[in-house]
Amino acid sequence: MVQIRNFSIIAHIDHGKSTLADRLIQHAGLVTEREFRNQILDTMDIERERGITIKSQTVTLPYKDKNGTSFALNLIDTPGHVDFSYEVSRALASCEGVLLLVDASQGVQAQTLANLYMAMEHDLEIIPVINKIDLPSADIERAREQIETELGLDGEGAILCSAKDGIGIEDVLEAIAQHIPPPRDRIDAPLSALIFDAHYDPFRGTIISCRVFDGTLRPGDTIRFMSNGAVYKVEEVGFFRIQREPRPSLSAGEVGYIISGIKTVSDTRVGDTVTRDTHPAPAPLPGFKEVKPVVFSSIYPIASDEYLDLADALEKYKLNDAALTYQKDTSAALGQGFRCGFLGLLHLEIVQQRLEREYDQSFLMTVPSVRYRFTLEDGSNVTVDNPQYYPDPATIRTTEEPFIRASILIPERYMGAVMTLCMERRGVNSRFSYPTPGRIEINAEMPLSEVIVDFYDKLKTVTQGYGSFDYDLIDYRESDLVKLDILVNSEKVDALSIIVHRDRAREWGVRACDRLKKEIPRHQFKIAIQGAIGGKIISRSTITPFRKDVTAKCYGGDITRKRKLLEKQKKGKKRMKMVGSVMIPQGAFVAVLKSENE
Amino acid sequence: MNKDCLPGLYVHVPFCMSKCPYCDFFSVPTPSLIPEWLKAVDREASLYNGRFSRFDSLYLGGGTPSLLGEQELSTLMEGLFHRFRFSTDSELTIECNPDDITDPMAALFRDLGFNRVSLGVQSFDDRELRFLGRRHDSLQAERAFDHFRRFGFDNVGIDLMYGLPGQAESNWLKTLGRAMALEPDHLSCYQLTIADHTPFGRLRDEGRLTPMGEETERAFFLLTAEYLTAQGYIHYEISNFAKGKECMCRHNWKYWRRTPYLGLGPSAHSFTQGERWWNPKSLSDYCERLIEGLRPAEESERLSPDQEYLEWLSLGFRTKEGLDSARLLEHPRADKTLKELRDSGLVICENERVIPTLKGFLVADSLPLLFC
Repeated sequence: MVQIRNFSIIAHIDHGKSTLADRLIQHAGLVTEREFRNQILDTMDIERERGITIKSQTVTLPYKDKNGTSFALNLIDTPGHVDFSYEVSRALASCEGVLLLVDASQGVQAQTLANLYMAMEHDLEIIPVINKIDLPSADIERAREQIETELGLDGEGAILCSAKDGIGIEDVLEAIAQHIPPPRDRIDAPLSALIFDAHYDPFRGTIISCRVFDGTLRPGDTIRFMSNGAVYKVEEVGFFRIQREPRPSLSAGEVGYIISGIKTVSDTRVGDTVTRDTHPAPAPLPGFKEVKPVVFSSIYPIASDEYLDLADALEKYKLNDAALTYQKDTSAALGQGFRCGFLGLLHLEIVQQRLEREYDQSFLMTVPSVRYRFTLEDGSNVTVDNPQYYPDPATIRTTEEPFIRASILIPERYMGAVMTLCMERRGVNSRFSYPTPGRIEINAEMPLSEVIVDFYDKLKTVTQGYGSFDYDLIDYRESDLVKLDILVNSEKVDALSIIVHRDRAREWGVRACDRLKKEIPRHQFKIAIQGAIGGKIISRSTITPFRKDVTAKCYGGDITRKRKLLEKQKKGKKRMKMVGSVMIPQGAFVAVLKSENE
Repeated sequence: MNKDCLPGLYVHVPFCMSKCPYCDFFSVPTPSLIPEWLKAVDREASLYNGRFSRFDSLYLGGGTPSLLGEQELSTLMEGLFHRFRFSTDSELTIECNPDDITDPMAALFRDLGFNRVSLGVQSFDDRELRFLGRRHDSLQAERAFDHFRRFGFDNVGIDLMYGLPGQAESNWLKTLGRAMALEPDHLSCYQLTIADHTPFGRLRDEGRLTPMGEETERAFFLLTAEYLTAQGYIHYEISNFAKGKECMCRHNWKYWRRTPYLGLGPSAHSFTQGERWWNPKSLSDYCERLIEGLRPAEESERLSPDQEYLEWLSLGFRTKEGLDSARLLEHPRADKTLKELRDSGLVICENERVIPTLKGFLVADSLPLLFC
């Protein structure tokens, strides 16, 4: 009888989660040395570059312990970023225990704590593991102490390993087998399985990753999603090895996949409960919620004739990313595009980069916005996530914006710089705690809008890379917001409008005017760039016209030379956007959106 | 406006005694090859006398056409008149270097039928002439001009060059003044353009020659235009001025109006019926191909409607004839752009044409971009 253990690895970014996962897979013999490549689980470029896991994958590892007992260890991989905390929570809900990984040189970080709390909420067995013990800068004793004092776990019993060098891997596997409790065995109860992930396969459609809690699931069964009542027939079930491995059934306690002819990932919902249509479970598993985007941005193709290509790419991309929302959007300056909703700023970046790299799209992205709430004079409420739809200011009674609770962990010496940054970003109700000597955790309430543009980059800069940051959405609060427009020769560049706090409007306006001045080439006429709130100009810059560009001579009858030059310029112009008669290069839009230190 | 519907004929005489350091045109310093070139031109002419039956302009350019000896020039002209027909009122221009001109030469040109001369004076300042690598001096230029007048040429143009590195406005005004004293019928005033792959281009790249800045160039351009306009000249193209309408260069108008023209000789360009082709910038390649009985054209292109439009745009903004408003307004948003250009004083709209002003001439290279 094979024993089952379901577990996840949780860690702060770059503490070695993926490397450890790869080692466990290699140790289990699922890949040969030849097939082994670093970070098997993280297959996306962006994940490798940033050292984080975005799209979780799951794998069943065969293991024989010291006593010769056979185990199936289900490693449920989790995304490593706050944007995906709901997905993480569903993955953890599918486990009985976790490995909590701590970098021996960096110690406990903000996300180590956040992940720990989440694991505790799910009542999971937590096994602390100190990784990277091979590093010269490793301080194992300090890491043990932090695990004791900051996490309240057994620091002395922590497993020591170096995933990179393959040290301590056997100890880790043994601890999983011995310390993580087996799943409850309720094979006879009505089927209930938790969807914790889904991805798209071009040949088979949606592949659902699930954990079966009760009952058994077989090909041919008719299943029902409890959130929306959708019904499908199961084509195939199985385990994840590195490839999918079909099985006759999935039973209570097991982790695997379901294929049932579901076209897109969007038809499934992470956190939903799968049951049998004819003999359903009495109630869904707890914790389901619909994920809602919190950050919004519009994307426009660089050349207007690439709109259909972009639409096509988004549709394909969306097959694999249920969290992305999008709808058509039109800008007078940039033409047809899409308004997209994201789980957070990292999610936005991932979508942006994948569309560019994997789908070969070039597009412009507007300043990210949050969703604002307005109460109008007539008592009605509207929510707006696109500055284009900002209500008439005369009709607005109150304005609210979403706030977060930021948790920032830094070495003590950066306290001043980070506090200044938080104040600049309208942080309130700061609280401090000192988890260990020399380190401070700052908790502050801040508007989400203030952290979505370049807060994390700034934090990294002022703390020389030592700061870590995490946040939770808390509530909506009243704010003095205005809509700032950018005008180029009196024409509004709608794609550059933003909703911003009144106190921050001038700063933004000045910055936008300066950057546009640098990026827009001189024209035959003077160009005035203005930042305006309603009819009031709050910032301006001017681009002087160029005064002479004519070449003296057309070379005899050689008109071709001149025309070819013009053809080249015309091509360049295609990549510019026209606002009135002003040609604005793509780079100008990008420059306005960039953070200051870039 | 289009009285000149007959095509023009250009013949490139690719010989120079020495190469001027700014010059970007094709020429070789080997007059010994003239006979070979003459034969080749005749062969080339024979390839086109079906396609081009009659011309009303001939332009002998170079290179240095005045380098041809009496016999050579006669042979060339006889050949051309034999191969092609010219309307009786044809404009027949020859480009000359002042140092080549003698009374017998002027008489020969007249006898061969030339009725227009373009004299490559460039400057009346001897220091500037040396800088430009010219063989003549200012006195020679004045003398050459007189020769032509004496032999009855009533359409003599002078080519001048300005905007030389470090040139003072006063120096340029002196040159213009001496030109005015001759009362030329036509003036081409070219701002020095430093081209890559010329000695000046290399000097510039080495930092040993600094081109005039944009503002100074602008001031020189305006000064030139205002001075010559005040003297009664019509500023009919960016760099061209005529004493009266009848003195405008008919042949050059063909380039700007996209009237067909045939170019013979190495590096010459031709245009007819939406097709452009051009000959190699190599005398030996040019001659060899003709000896083999081949068309010497090195490349040709058939213009798409888009390309036609671009040419029309870029040429139109360079002349006082301007562009047909109706056609320009077919471009989306052109009305708005036009309004802005008018408000900025870059064009005027007159008799259903959009005409660049002097300020418009200054930025004529970028105006087309606003309409494409």
